[in-house]
Amino acid sequence: MNSTAQVATSIAQSEISPSALRRHGIWDALLRNATRTAAITVLLLLGGVILSLIHGSIPAFKAFGFSFLTTETWNPVTEKFGALAPIYGTLVTSFIAMLIGIPVSLGVAIFITELCPLWLRRPISTAIELLAGIPSIIYGIWGLFVLSPFLQAHVQPLIIATFSGVPVLSSLFAGPPYGIGIFTAGIILSIMVLPYITSVTRDVFETVPAVLKESAYGLGCTTWEVVSKVVLPYTRAGVIGGIMLGLGRALGETMAVTFVIGNAHKIAASILAPGTTISANIANEFTEAEGELYTSSLVAQGLILFGITFIVLAAARLMLLRLEMRSGSKV
Amino acid sequence: MNAAIYNRRRAVNSVIMLLAWFAAASGIFVLALILGTLLYKGVGGVSWAVFSQNTPPPGSAGGLLNAIYGSVMMTLIGTALGTPIGILAGTYMAEYGRGSKLSMVVRFINDILLSAPSIVIGLFVYEMLVVTMGHFSAWAGGVALGLLVLPVVVRTTEDMLLLVPDSMREASSALGSPRWVVIMQVAYRAARAGMLTGVLLAIARITGETAPLLFTALNNQFMSTNMNAPMANLPVVIFQFALSPYADWQKLAWTGALLITVTVLILNVGARALSTRTSKS
Repeated sequence: MNSTAQVATSIAQSEISPSALRRHGIWDALLRNATRTAAITVLLLLGGVILSLIHGSIPAFKAFGFSFLTTETWNPVTEKFGALAPIYGTLVTSFIAMLIGIPVSLGVAIFITELCPLWLRRPISTAIELLAGIPSIIYGIWGLFVLSPFLQAHVQPLIIATFSGVPVLSSLFAGPPYGIGIFTAGIILSIMVLPYITSVTRDVFETVPAVLKESAYGLGCTTWEVVSKVVLPYTRAGVIGGIMLGLGRALGETMAVTFVIGNAHKIAASILAPGTTISANIANEFTEAEGELYTSSLVAQGLILFGITFIVLAAARLMLLRLEMRSGSKV
Repeated sequence: MNAAIYNRRRAVNSVIMLLAWFAAASGIFVLALILGTLLYKGVGGVSWAVFSQNTPPPGSAGGLLNAIYGSVMMTLIGTALGTPIGILAGTYMAEYGRGSKLSMVVRFINDILLSAPSIVIGLFVYEMLVVTMGHFSAWAGGVALGLLVLPVVVRTTEDMLLLVPDSMREASSALGSPRWVVIMQVAYRAARAGMLTGVLLAIARITGETAPLLFTALNNQFMSTNMNAPMANLPVVIFQFALSPYADWQKLAWTGALLITVTVLILNVGARALSTRTSKS
């Protein structure tokens, strides 16, 4: 109220002469143009990112063509580069992360919205949101010094021994237990995406009208039936959007993975073996890359990564947008 | 009522609810374990030397002074670059261009930038600045961080301005205020706390960013105040020291990791306190 009154006085004092009117017109035009320029800058930046990546990757695509995507070789000495191993590593680590991360995140979200005592709800939600802000390098250093030795000593030998007689699984989980590798990177990523997916899922779970859930409970549904038949169908687009956001994070995550992936340019049958991902490969080798072709091959991987994440993120945003519009039109 | 079906439904429910409990417990346990390890390994290394000495060569004592200085400088540059552009762009989307096609496109693109892999932003700045200037520099690192600040500020500015009731704008306009006075004196004033929250969150985001600094600011073993040259910074020092075979370097890495985490948590808690206080009033 006070501020409005001040404005009124200031206007009343200043708006006496036509020159003051003109001055306001100029200021208005200035601010309008400055803000529009800033908005267009945001657009140009994304365009700039894409163009500079394309420009930087031209030499690599010129030299190797389409086979850049399908070759496993990565030899800086002979300057033969292929991106298959990092692409494979990126997809497989993200797949493992989602395999573990989605059910656990959904479990935590169900816990927060349906099972948890009311007084505990806020602290847990806050803790999860704070954890989403922890920098990825922290997850990386923890993965290197705590998780990998633990997996190497206790979990991986057990897995190897358990599946040693089973036909397909024995090669998928073939030893020796290195500790670092694709499997460990996937687990670190699943821990990292947990807060992201959980907080989005919890948010959309809370948009379900209480009446809907109460009527299901009133019909005698169990909690699981309410969740699976009422909450999940109602929030499907939002949950998938949240999962895609998490997937986008996992695909592009650099530091957490770089610490524990092992940086080996080969596709091993066993997921316990060291590998590499696009982002880890760039982080590890970019500053040491000598020669145009080497650098360009790394930039080209950046372009591929950006392409993959762009598609995933755009799909996620569109889904969340659709949900927003739907809930907006209902209110 | 069919007792068999009833019992089965109850059994399925108990099993799944048990799994949800287990998921919540294990998720929170792992996350607590990470913070616990960080405290356990990091607190022992916190001493005055950390803040007063530069990063040491392997085998001798030292601190993180040059890295802390570099991180603070680059965070300042990033914030100073990203915040004004972000606020202006957010203002356009919420005020002058509300509902326009340009605003919708910018919002979509901004959301993509918001979650784009930060290493890609690093590659972009490398191509734009490091290649053209011919060397790595703290400026390039600051610009890369600014590109990460920008989308966060755009998003929160727009959201917060949209929360300001239109009746306030209309009241001001009815008193004869031109549009720019309405925005500067009414909308900004009402949304101030929320916009500040956004800036704090953005700073928290870039505090621990490593990937975009790896090949923009690079690293520096020594104290350097030259913004035009490679500069040490906490995240890259942590990365380098943690992967080294030297025990004292690894110890410094844990201490640095603790410093970053505490900073990020303080910024986040501050931002939350700010936003809950305003939503109550």
